[in-house]
Amino acid sequence: MGPGTINTDILTALPEVLLAAGAMGLLLLGAFRPGNVVSTVNWGAAVLLAIAGLAVLTGTTGNVTAFSGAFIVDDFARLLKILALAGTVGALVLSVRFMQIEKIVRFEYSVLLVLAALGMMMMISANDLISLYMGLELQSLALYVVAAIDRNSTRASEAGLKYFVLGALSSGMLLYGCSLIYGFTGSTNFETIARALEGQGMQLGVLFGIVFLLAGLAFKVSAVPFHMWTPDVYEGAPTPVTAFFASAPKIAAMAMFVRVMYGAFPGMSEQWQQIVVFVAIASMGLGAFAAIGQTNIKRLMAYSSIGHMGFALVGLAAGTVGGVRGVIVYLMIYLAMTIGTFACIVSMRRRDGMVEDITDLAGLGRSRPMMALTMAILMFSLAGIPPLAGFFAKFYVFLAAIEAGLYPLAVLGVLASVVGCYYYLRIIKIMYFDEAGAEFEPMARELKLVLGVTAVFVVGFFAYPGPFVAAAGTAAAALF
Amino acid sequence: MTLAALFFYLFSAVLLAAGFMVISARNPVHSVLYLILAFFNAAALFVLLGAEFVAMILVIVYVGAVAVLFLFVVMMLDIDIAEMREGMLQYLPVGAAIGIVLLIELILVLGGWAVSPGAGSVLASPAPTDGLSNTEALGRVLYTDYIYVFQAAGMVLLVAMIGAIVLTLHHKPHVKRQSIGKQVARDPATAVENRNVKPGQGI
Repeated sequence: MGPGTINTDILTALPEVLLAAGAMGLLLLGAFRPGNVVSTVNWGAAVLLAIAGLAVLTGTTGNVTAFSGAFIVDDFARLLKILALAGTVGALVLSVRFMQIEKIVRFEYSVLLVLAALGMMMMISANDLISLYMGLELQSLALYVVAAIDRNSTRASEAGLKYFVLGALSSGMLLYGCSLIYGFTGSTNFETIARALEGQGMQLGVLFGIVFLLAGLAFKVSAVPFHMWTPDVYEGAPTPVTAFFASAPKIAAMAMFVRVMYGAFPGMSEQWQQIVVFVAIASMGLGAFAAIGQTNIKRLMAYSSIGHMGFALVGLAAGTVGGVRGVIVYLMIYLAMTIGTFACIVSMRRRDGMVEDITDLAGLGRSRPMMALTMAILMFSLAGIPPLAGFFAKFYVFLAAIEAGLYPLAVLGVLASVVGCYYYLRIIKIMYFDEAGAEFEPMARELKLVLGVTAVFVVGFFAYPGPFVAAAGTAAAALF
Repeated sequence: MTLAALFFYLFSAVLLAAGFMVISARNPVHSVLYLILAFFNAAALFVLLGAEFVAMILVIVYVGAVAVLFLFVVMMLDIDIAEMREGMLQYLPVGAAIGIVLLIELILVLGGWAVSPGAGSVLASPAPTDGLSNTEALGRVLYTDYIYVFQAAGMVLLVAMIGAIVLTLHHKPHVKRQSIGKQVARDPATAVENRNVKPGQGI
């Protein structure tokens, strides 16, 4: 490898290089500049993420691999990276004021978000089991720390510790799977693995590896039966951190999930499809039923996100271009709905502090009509009621499942989504028809902006779905 | 050949015995010492494989740094091992059952192990045959083919470091700290202040 190739390699990974260098720059700025630098670092992080997004958009075109095939940039990677960066910026915007009010002002917070974003981009671009693991671990480590960033709160520390221990366990399973796959195929590169397995039919050893790999991946997208950490971590972590957990990392993990399955194991799709179908059904079912009894809105959102990951996995199980397109559209819409809903949850603040119970929303329809209206729109969309965006998200994945002949999966999915309607509609009922409690503090300006943008997207999606679906379509086609 | 096989079985047997003793020794300090023995035997196995660089790294990093660190931690924390053992017996049957099931499954899988004839040709970095020492060979692939994951590992360590500092470093506001820079920068102009004290009054 000469000096020429390393230069092109670095250019291919320019967004990642920019983020890494920028994160270190911000860290130095925060550590050495005297006085209060938190807001400077926050701004710097937002600008850095925007620059990285721009670099993703204007950088390479087509299908490029770099670093001896460990890193790949294609339309799929570009689109999903933009989504992950958007989710990170959204979470950063939700955090700024919250952190000031709750006195968790630390400049490391936004640096860690940037490093987590770097990990996510590496996960999305991973084309090798080693680079996949490195990206995953970079992102996860940053998330463990961010979960416990409010170190004076026992709940947050517990959440961080629980996430760390279970995350380490899942990483272990993932690595075990990787080593089995490497042992049976002789390579860690996705394309080489796919070539080694071509025309060999089912291989028991590789299947074992895939099962362990899937266990690790399912943990990262919090799919049943590896979902146990989700409600506790979501409840314990500070609310904007929960918003972050529910948005960008889910997108990156799902992207990685899709790429591993289609990149490395297209020849064994019959085998892994069965597992993905089971995981999807279990996640949708648990997401629908377990959320019914929740009283804390963050726990409810945790179960909701488990259910939504189940719906997205339906698209993956379909095993077609249409299915992957469905997954991508689902992730786009899920991102907008999640960030919007959390903008509302972050605003659930009375004079004496944050409240998190669903019943605290009572009477919001009268006290804050605009917030209640947008929240209601987002809830309808999460429930999947037409003509809002959430309906189209489900429509595309179920369409793909039916086209692939997975009728039971599609039927069970629709049933789970009907059950799920109950708790979303219950929130709307509480907001509009229950006896009002004390009023919330007014919503911050940047939260209004985030809420407005996401609500417009959710409402307006049915009018202009074309560009989004087309972008998802080209991204999905890049994998086949 | 037979000598190598003999040593392989010797080192493996000691390694397994030491590994078992790590989890069964009553005294945690003994556990750590057995761990060091296990590391040494693993290093010896690497030497038998002709991977002397990895063997030396294992001794230097794991024995020299990690195990000694463990020893310090164990001695400082004064863990009551008898108390920790109470739960172990309780969960032993379940854990052992799961372990045995996994073991049987893995034996079933590995029973079907066959190295594919094409596997040799797809090796990413085959062992060097042109008289290169394996330190050089590792260095070559590490800084060329694997430069990306090498740098990524660096970023992971950076995050770990930031995390440790964020979660544990407390700046107590009322503690007086020595700042050598400030002390050295003092001169009469900044350190001494002239006050006009009127007779019969204090400052």
